[in-house]
Amino acid sequence: MRQQKDRTGFIAACVLPATILFIIFMIIPTINVFRMSLYKWGGYSNNKQFVGFNNFKILMNDQKFLRSFQNTVLLIVLVTIITLFFALFFAAVLSREKLKGSSLFRVIFYIPNILSVVVISAIFSAIYDPNNGLLNSVLSIFRGKDASPILWLGNQSIVIYSVLIAMVWQAIGYYMVMYMASMTSVPESLYESANLEGASKLTQFFSITLPLIWTNIRTTVTFFIISNINISFLIVRAMTNGGPDGSTEVFLSYMYGQAYTNSSYGYGMAIGVVVFIFSFGLSAIVNYVTKREPLEF
Amino acid sequence: MKKKMSASSIVVYILCVIFAITIVVPVGWVFLASIKENSEFYGNPWALPKGFYFQNFIDAFEKANMGAYFVNSIMITALALIILLVVALPAAYVLARYKFKGSKFLNTAFMAGLFINVNYIVVPIFLMLVEGDKFLKKVFNVQFLINNRFMVALILASTALPFTIYLLSGFFVSIPKDYEEAAYVDGSGYFNTMVKIMMPMARPSIITVILFNFLSFWNEYIISMTLLTKQEYKTLPVGLMQLMQAQKAAANYGRLYAGLIIVMVPTLLLYIAVQKKLLEGMSLGGLKG
Repeated sequence: MRQQKDRTGFIAACVLPATILFIIFMIIPTINVFRMSLYKWGGYSNNKQFVGFNNFKILMNDQKFLRSFQNTVLLIVLVTIITLFFALFFAAVLSREKLKGSSLFRVIFYIPNILSVVVISAIFSAIYDPNNGLLNSVLSIFRGKDASPILWLGNQSIVIYSVLIAMVWQAIGYYMVMYMASMTSVPESLYESANLEGASKLTQFFSITLPLIWTNIRTTVTFFIISNINISFLIVRAMTNGGPDGSTEVFLSYMYGQAYTNSSYGYGMAIGVVVFIFSFGLSAIVNYVTKREPLEF
Repeated sequence: MKKKMSASSIVVYILCVIFAITIVVPVGWVFLASIKENSEFYGNPWALPKGFYFQNFIDAFEKANMGAYFVNSIMITALALIILLVVALPAAYVLARYKFKGSKFLNTAFMAGLFINVNYIVVPIFLMLVEGDKFLKKVFNVQFLINNRFMVALILASTALPFTIYLLSGFFVSIPKDYEEAAYVDGSGYFNTMVKIMMPMARPSIITVILFNFLSFWNEYIISMTLLTKQEYKTLPVGLMQLMQAQKAAANYGRLYAGLIIVMVPTLLLYIAVQKKLLEGMSLGGLKG
């Protein structure tokens, strides 16, 4: 009997602190996102007004929100495709080919991932600087000294791609290391017999490597969706702050702006709810579409 | 037998080198830029620094407050790591190895927590603290929830719980039951068994947890930007954002790049020291917000 009491006490002492912190700082705020989205609330003032789904109705006709929606979708799709391509390519190359210095490449490729998003934004601001930036100065070799500088962060139709490049740059190494981990577990014998049969490297990649790490790729695509929504916010917030004129506004930067700068908390949280549902829905769809019979090796 | 490099592997090699250059060159450029004088920033950005202009770092540390922010960042990161380990280790251990009423539910709840990202809930957390402060003001005439470095550390640790517990439980689950049974036969209590036997075995996983969370706490800026509004409490990444804004207005380049170095160097040093462990740890449980 005493033994039983000890055990319960021990379990409680170990689990309770984590559970309490988890409830206070994660569960309650999450519930509040949903609850507050139904109110019209300026935040500091106490007069909350229940408006039902009114915030969502306004949202559907909010041009700025639609723009941030477009930008986010564009970033999710393009960043995922480009990063996936390069990450798979480098992972295959570094784990299959016996390249000289491949471990050094691996170490270098991962560097962007250990840098703060603010650091990345500052570095890319230096690269994109119209007058003294690294990119324009390299391009001036081809475009001539007197060509007018390209405004990488100032031109409304370019700037979203400038953000995109920064996002791809920081993500490739991370996903590459993840794919490398699963690629090394593919047995060498498969490649040996493929070599004997004269299959090219490309064929080997598509008919051995890719199917065998498919489960891993599927998982990472879900990561891609969720993390692109987050990282795009962090980068945009630090690099362009949504500008110029809203042309790089993404989901969460618009939410943060509405809730925090504009003090429309209820409205901001309605955006949060839409993003939440959107990211889950998209993940579920992608998960469903990419479903294959898992291959064993 | 010597083999000549085929055309395709040369192309592959070149692509690797190009990508490596796009990483090494900008990062290296920042190091050079940090010792340039302000006048050197007009003209060719590729020019090497004329001398070692250390004043940038002194300016960053003193005038731009980066010295104070550095101390704040160290305090918050260290405190958050300690809180996280003290709270997450026992929880992960018990959740992985004990069956009790609600254990399944708790495991699922923490797993679901992996999908809650800080960026969504930072505003409700902020409001919750503001409300709390209002209440404290009314009842006790004090307020300490906003602009409190300890609170930020606590919140950072709390939001890291799902990932940390997920990673640690994954390890604890894999240990055979025999270890604990032998310990109990020897008369070792529950707590003693956990601290003296299980935790030392989990050391590699604990190191991975520390590494990943150090990087994310040190680099984090949304929570500290929102919850620490007083100048004296700000952290390095937030300070760096201020420097970026100041540079746009006043074209104060040297100070910005010195600030960049101050934020970047600790993570780079750590990375160089432990890159092998870190990259191996990725395969343990690679997940990031």
